[in-house]
Amino acid sequence: MIFLIFNYAFLFILAALCIFPVLHVLALSFSSSTAASSGRVVIIPVEFTLKSYEYVVQNSSFLRAFCISLYRVALGVPINILMTIMVAYPLSRTKAQFRAKGYFTWFFLITILFGGGLIPWYMVINETGLLDSIWALVIPGAVPVFNIILLINYFRSIPAELEEAAYMDGAGHWRILWSIFLPISIPTLATITLFSLLNHWNSWFDGLILMNNTDKYPLQSYLQTIVINRDPNTITVRDLDLLKIVNERTTKSAQLFVAMIPIICVYPFLQKYFTTGLVVGSIKG
Amino acid sequence: MNGGRSDLRVDQWSQKRFAGLFKGVRSDSKDRSMEAAMQTTGKQKLKREIPLYVMLMPAVIITVIYSYGPMVGTSIAFQRFLPGKGLFGSPFTGLDNFLYMFKMPNILSVIYNTVFISLMKMVLGIIVPVTSALLLNEVVHTTYKRVVQTIIYLPYFLSWVILSGILITILSPSEGVVNQLLGYLGVEPIFFLGDERIFPYTIVATDIWKNFGFGTIVYLSALTSIDPNLYEASVIDGANRWQQTKHITLPGISTTIILLSVLSMSNILNAGFEQIFNLYSPTVYKTGDIIDTLVYRTGIQNYQFGVATAVGLMKSLVVLILIAVSNKAAEKIAGYRVF
Repeated sequence: MIFLIFNYAFLFILAALCIFPVLHVLALSFSSSTAASSGRVVIIPVEFTLKSYEYVVQNSSFLRAFCISLYRVALGVPINILMTIMVAYPLSRTKAQFRAKGYFTWFFLITILFGGGLIPWYMVINETGLLDSIWALVIPGAVPVFNIILLINYFRSIPAELEEAAYMDGAGHWRILWSIFLPISIPTLATITLFSLLNHWNSWFDGLILMNNTDKYPLQSYLQTIVINRDPNTITVRDLDLLKIVNERTTKSAQLFVAMIPIICVYPFLQKYFTTGLVVGSIKG
Repeated sequence: MNGGRSDLRVDQWSQKRFAGLFKGVRSDSKDRSMEAAMQTTGKQKLKREIPLYVMLMPAVIITVIYSYGPMVGTSIAFQRFLPGKGLFGSPFTGLDNFLYMFKMPNILSVIYNTVFISLMKMVLGIIVPVTSALLLNEVVHTTYKRVVQTIIYLPYFLSWVILSGILITILSPSEGVVNQLLGYLGVEPIFFLGDERIFPYTIVATDIWKNFGFGTIVYLSALTSIDPNLYEASVIDGANRWQQTKHITLPGISTTIILLSVLSMSNILNAGFEQIFNLYSPTVYKTGDIIDTLVYRTGIQNYQFGVATAVGLMKSLVVLILIAVSNKAAEKIAGYRVF
């Protein structure tokens, strides 16, 4: 009985620890600059004001970066999914159906065991002319091997009878993939879509390094420059009134929070696919 | 027991999760009989395989260029690389870059920091999620359980840029909430991110905080796949909660733990570049600088491409060896091959 109370309390603390920072930043973003600097804000906004968000909405750099990230996700996620499916299907065939399977499997696995390193990677991207374009963020990472492994395991768990029946009816691999495997794989496909989306939305380092122009930074790269940058003079506001009420702290908090909104809105609903997809992908295969 | 078993597919982690990739466990023999029945010739087989090759081609091309290409580029480690002259024009200097690397004044502390931080992360990265999964598993109230679950893995989905922004604010010695709280308790402000004695622990703690939710979910799923009959039988034999945990639960999820451990082996020298890069500063280089941040500064900021590549190459080789060793060890200890 005591254990139960302790357990509930402990879990409550864990959950609180996880959500508190988010709430704190949210509160800061709605507070006045004086309240924020004097440390009076904990979870509830002090001296409530919308000025920080006004700043965010007017800040063209932020909006531009936000749109670039959206564009990146719109390009990158479908490419990832396509690649994942087109690699997972052949590699999930049996040795008899696909004799070169082992070679190709090792071909892809090696890439997660050993890498060239940062500098060579940068150079290849440079040499192939992708530098400073959105494609640099989308093409090099187009083949997500971990997701492929998940999907391979799932495909192998699909009963052979289904494809055998189709094969007997004269269906080729394309047909089997499209009509049988894909419809059945929706949960796992949703999982890998989520992983891919997450990855593209949260990536910041590649944008930082591969883009020469700060105008082309995706959202997280842009945030990196303003949030981690400790220079207090990076804020540019035209309106002196605005400057009186907001300061770097509150505008940073507002921008952070806006960047979090898409993730926060989306992730709870995908939990269902996320847990079953992960576990399903791991059964005997 | 609870709503964990969703359908026939939700089951335990496979023994041969990765090894199965190569074996075609499913229906090799069936294929052979099917083959015999259809009497497919070699040429017919090839024709049937063509779509598979076509499917693979785009990904193969991209992988060759962007994953194997850089591997060729590691030859920079053996050159005094001049961007103007390129890969084939730069003078070959053999192991000079490696010697330079070992002579760098902070190389030892950098390696030590990397290993120390990533080991701590690995160990705690198993203990904390497993513990919280066990605790969460005891909760009967499904709504409470689900709410807690959903909340604890929020940080996992946020990027280190966002989390660093939050942490820098919260942990600030002058204005941060945490130090304010400590102030009420009569404790002097702690420089979580500026004090080199504290920095590594801050890094580990915040990393666990970010990631434990994900691990918890994975272990929770594994827990639901343990046969309830085992528990019932043990209760009849008089086992208490603790004994049940020790003898049924933990062995039951041991394959999951091992799988995740071996996978994290490939991360052993990745002490968390994305995190540390955003949270560190020169004042904590002594205990916070890791291999990847050193490579970054050496290569991107100081343009010493050869040395930076050499460090990266060294790191990749060590990781490769560690993966091979841990794979063999897992095989010997648990009869379980990941690769």
